[in-house]
Amino acid sequence: MAKVKGAIVVNTERCKGCNLCVVACPAKVLSLSPDSNLKGYNFSYMSNADSCVGCAACAYVCPDACITVYKVKNKTE
Amino acid sequence: MTLNDIIDPKNLVYAKTKVMNDTPMHYCPGCSHSVVHKLIAEVIEELDIQDKTIGIAPVGCAVFGYKYIDIDWQQAAHGRAPSLATAVKRLLPDRYVFTYQGDGDLAAIGTAETIHTCNRGENIAIFFINNGIYGMTGGQMAPTTLNGMKSTTSPSGRTVPLSGHPLDMTKLLAQLDGTCYVTRQSVHNIANIRKTKKAIKKALENSMLDKGTSVVEIVSTCSAGWNMTPADSNNWMEQNMIPAYPLGDMKDI
Amino acid sequence: MEEVRLMKGNEAIAEAAIRCGCDGYFGYPITPQSEIMETMMAIAPWNTTGMVVLQAESELASINMVFGAAGCGKRAMTSSSSPGVSLMQEGISDLACAELPCVLVNVMRGGPGIGTIQASQADYYQSVKGGGHGDYKMIVLAPASVQEMADHTVLAFDLAFQYRIPTMILTDGIIGQMMEKAILPPFRPRLTNDEIREKYPWATLGKTADRAPNYILTLELYSEDMEIINLRLQANYKRIQEAEVRYEEFSCEDADYLIIAFGTSARISQKVVELAREEGIKVGLLRPITLFPFPTNEIKAYASQVKAMLTVELNAGQMVDDVRLAVNGQVPVEHYGRLGGIIPTPDEVLEAMKRLIVNK
Repeated sequence: MAKVKGAIVVNTERCKGCNLCVVACPAKVLSLSPDSNLKGYNFSYMSNADSCVGCAACAYVCPDACITVYKVKNKTE
Repeated sequence: MTLNDIIDPKNLVYAKTKVMNDTPMHYCPGCSHSVVHKLIAEVIEELDIQDKTIGIAPVGCAVFGYKYIDIDWQQAAHGRAPSLATAVKRLLPDRYVFTYQGDGDLAAIGTAETIHTCNRGENIAIFFINNGIYGMTGGQMAPTTLNGMKSTTSPSGRTVPLSGHPLDMTKLLAQLDGTCYVTRQSVHNIANIRKTKKAIKKALENSMLDKGTSVVEIVSTCSAGWNMTPADSNNWMEQNMIPAYPLGDMKDI
Repeated sequence: MEEVRLMKGNEAIAEAAIRCGCDGYFGYPITPQSEIMETMMAIAPWNTTGMVVLQAESELASINMVFGAAGCGKRAMTSSSSPGVSLMQEGISDLACAELPCVLVNVMRGGPGIGTIQASQADYYQSVKGGGHGDYKMIVLAPASVQEMADHTVLAFDLAFQYRIPTMILTDGIIGQMMEKAILPPFRPRLTNDEIREKYPWATLGKTADRAPNYILTLELYSEDMEIINLRLQANYKRIQEAEVRYEEFSCEDADYLIIAFGTSARISQKVVELAREEGIKVGLLRPITLFPFPTNEIKAYASQVKAMLTVELNAGQMVDDVRLAVNGQVPVEHYGRLGGIIPTPDEVLEAMKRLIVNK
């Protein structure tokens, strides 16, 4: 069976920590980092990367176009 | 499979469009303006019209829209974007011309220009951000502010005896013979973001078909002006704004 | 071949604009200048040169249509009369800030308020001192004949584009409405978009791959940058002041007294010069053709020749300030004018001149 695996890359300096991606993620992959960027925003990151399916919901809702999404269909036995 | 295996250009499914540059947007965290900017930039890329598109920026928060979407821009005086767009499109009929206006710009100071531009059926797209508040000047009451809604100039909530009724400009514009496509959308969740993007695309495409004016209202949030988190703003909008400004096409011919 | 026609001043502006390659006229009816748009609509240049002529819903809309067109490097113009031009002031300030070339016509009528529909020159201050907000100027041309209405239309476009500045033709209901013969300018084709791209690289014609986006802007939040914009504007005004002063002299060589008057007032004053000289009073007339740039040095030069100066204006005394600044107290400078649309007779002005001579 094919298991879909995804990952995102957040442009952490562009991110304003609005949290909309965290709310939008159906797989509860994202959180706001305790660290902040140069502007002082707690940027978004994958706190639960294993669950990401690359659906890009986070990227669609991201107001600042900070999120790049990757997805692979990984054949497992 | 490690993260590095997945994060590979061949697996890319979504990235910021090249039409939007790397300048960080000045909008507050979670602002609907940013979402709509992104969608306009994506549509310009998809239609491959970057060299043929001229945007008219308003006065209001979106006055700096030109900094983020890499096309030619003019910035209008408050409310006059449709007049600029009229002249640009009449003189450059093979260009895609759009205005980007807020509720103060389009529904208050620019009411006459908006109505007459639509009534003449100018072949332009009007993108109308309605968040029921003046964002840039610090949260004053707009013509679209809901009854009871608080703002810095209606601190106890808007009342009809003092300020009259919220103005549904989009409904009004749908009545005009000059408009061909009038729709109200929102960008508070994925489904609506997709619909808004389609509407933006259709409006820009219409502008080349000599059909008249297309108006896309986007019911929006202003978390700073509303004093809420971005997520709470989206919820509040869904519960309060959308019942007053119901989503959907009002006209599509 | 020269084309000579008997026509109104307003009609001459319309004809000249079409002939000199104007791309767009945007206007709103107001007396006494409506013939400009009416003439254009009757000629229907969109069938020949492709020029756009559009009746807007207000002066606010028409001046902002001019902004949009000018931002694309197009030769755009509007026309109005005093109250309508007041409405346009925000847009004119924006055009000046964005350094957009365009032609504005003010066929003045008597104010303040809605006022009268008869000729006046009471918008001198508004036109040359910057009627809108901020430190800005326009080039202001003051035609005194139907011929000049045509000539100045061509000149206004040329100066506007040479200096990237809004240029106003400041005239009045008399010059606009009166009929004289005029030689119309030769036809000049409109520029193509490629030519505009070449000549005016700042124009918003669509961002091509070989350049960064073009922006036509009037907002700058950083004071340091806003000061830079202002200094650039001021430097441009200085260049214009040095290079573009235009004026005309009648019987000035031996004059003991000098009248300074523009437009309709200059026409009246020409007669005053004749009448005065019949009585043995040596009066000369200096007619500023450009009100900005003002012929300051040229007037100053006469301060050591003449005994007194008189400005004749259809207002309560506006240009007189600039004449006084020019002569800086060297000789007495007085003003004679009628208000609200009244036109003085040459005899009336001669009497004023005689009073000046007695009181000097």
